[in-house]
Amino acid sequence: MSVDQATVRRIAHLARIAVREEEVAHLQQELNAILAFVEELNAIDVAGVEPMTSVIPMRLPLRVDEVTDQAGPEKITQNAPGAEDHFFTVPKVVE
Amino acid sequence: MTDLTKLTLAEARDAVASRKISSVELTSAHLGAMEKARDLNAFVVETPEKALAMAKAADARVASGTAGPLEGLPLAIKDLYATEGVHMQACSHILDGFKPPYESTVTSQLWRDGAVMLGKLNMDEFAMGSSNETSYYGPVASPWLPPDWDEQKGRAALKGDKKGLLVPGGSSGGSASAVAAHLCLGATATDTGGSIRQPAAFTGTVGIKPTYGRCSRWGVAAFASSLDQAGPIARNVRDCAIMMRSMAGYDPKDSTSVNAPVPDYEAAVGASIKGKKIGIPKEYRIEGMPAEIEALWQKGIEWLRAAGAEIVDISLPYTKTALPAYYIVAPAEASSNLARYDGVRYGLRVPGKDIQSMYENTRAEGFGREVRRRIMIGTYVLSAGYYDAYYVRAQKIRTLIKRDFENAYQAGIDAILTPATPSAAFGIGEKGSADPVEMYLNDVFTVTVNMAGLPGLAVPGGLSSQGLPLGLQLIGRPFDEETLFSVAEVIEQSAGRIDLPKAWWA
Repeated sequence: MSVDQATVRRIAHLARIAVREEEVAHLQQELNAILAFVEELNAIDVAGVEPMTSVIPMRLPLRVDEVTDQAGPEKITQNAPGAEDHFFTVPKVVE
Repeated sequence: MTDLTKLTLAEARDAVASRKISSVELTSAHLGAMEKARDLNAFVVETPEKALAMAKAADARVASGTAGPLEGLPLAIKDLYATEGVHMQACSHILDGFKPPYESTVTSQLWRDGAVMLGKLNMDEFAMGSSNETSYYGPVASPWLPPDWDEQKGRAALKGDKKGLLVPGGSSGGSASAVAAHLCLGATATDTGGSIRQPAAFTGTVGIKPTYGRCSRWGVAAFASSLDQAGPIARNVRDCAIMMRSMAGYDPKDSTSVNAPVPDYEAAVGASIKGKKIGIPKEYRIEGMPAEIEALWQKGIEWLRAAGAEIVDISLPYTKTALPAYYIVAPAEASSNLARYDGVRYGLRVPGKDIQSMYENTRAEGFGREVRRRIMIGTYVLSAGYYDAYYVRAQKIRTLIKRDFENAYQAGIDAILTPATPSAAFGIGEKGSADPVEMYLNDVFTVTVNMAGLPGLAVPGGLSSQGLPLGLQLIGRPFDEETLFSVAEVIEQSAGRIDLPKAWWA
């Protein structure tokens, strides 16, 4: 399988990565090189094989539903590029 | 006094514990070496004040008889690990200025045991790369000079764009370079497809990727969660074993961490391997493999046989599928894990006309080319209509790869011996610029181990005809790192210690 330029733009949008028009052709070529590389997997017979979900057989552990070591709002927001009164600030979303 | 940076970690430990030297002396010697080696670009941040404060505290604990197993030993930390209040950016632009308010479990265990932090190490951005060239902070140079280069030519290149100097491998390139250049006694690293073992092999150092679940991933920036594992790089097998004991262990904060006791790995170093069955997989004899890699492998076989091991030819038929399957699974998981970098909670923010374009602009500018490429491949293979054809199929193939190893171990194989890499180190700027797959082929021997969740260790086996280090890889049963340390010690003793380069950069 290979991707066309419209698909490259669609993937970039899904991935929330802005691409400039002049980058599209090059990206298409790189993505297709990787897709061509993984193409050989189509020749492998996987009928009746379970997909791997965990390399080590173990059950997902559950912890007690209680408040644990909360960092607190100060620490949580201290690295934000925009924060006010312990809230993250973002461009206006709702008019 | 002799140069304290020339001590092995084990020698330094014994010297500090017996108060022959102080941690402050030992730490100062390493800080001095780091300063002279800045052009290698192995460190992205040095923390000398913190290091000396930790060293002083360590000396006080030694004096009061409360020393830990790593008391006063200066180590360096890959930039993928969260270190409280200290730069942690996974060597990406998108985490600009990020100083985590928490400490990763693995590093907290090192400090618990008395170790001293020298600084943060360069790496490929988000651990995506095999040459340390994708770092936002620029490439790292290997302390090994290219064949036929003299020191002057090396120093001139270090001052310039570093082109032509050798890569230390990646993604843990800073870790491998710093250890090989004697800038630290040992370093933390991580391995998703070969990122500990390939740099160790390229620099003549020893690195182990433990079994998945052996070390906590908590506080280590996630690349591909089902493959990532933390581990050490050090100058010999014993030093690696000593670090492993402190890094390993159960952590309730990582739901894939395994609750099993941590053995004394150092006790396995030097244990007899008589009667151990060592598997030699024929599928690792790949087309176009240089004759000297094949010869090195053969030497490894002879050494183990001479030590009393039984050599058994085995077959791992799905080996060839591991690398392409990896380039579906790893990018898929990466695209999901890296969705969190959106310019809202930490790091870089590039404004846009609305929140959507703010996300898109931030991620376009914040991620480097290789990371963007992998996120896009991952997004594609997970997108509607392609999920079964790519992702589910790759996970089925992963089951087959793991089954190969299980069959070998059920037949009584104790460990598997392979080459670590298909070649010696290459030059900075030499690979992958036209076709990303060219770089990916570096991990052809190591990636199977991550796909199956097994432990894998790289140990130097000798030098190439051009005088560059070559590594052998040992693959073990799940949670049997001890056998790897025992077998690796035999290789190290038989091969003889590689003489690491003298400090031409200083």
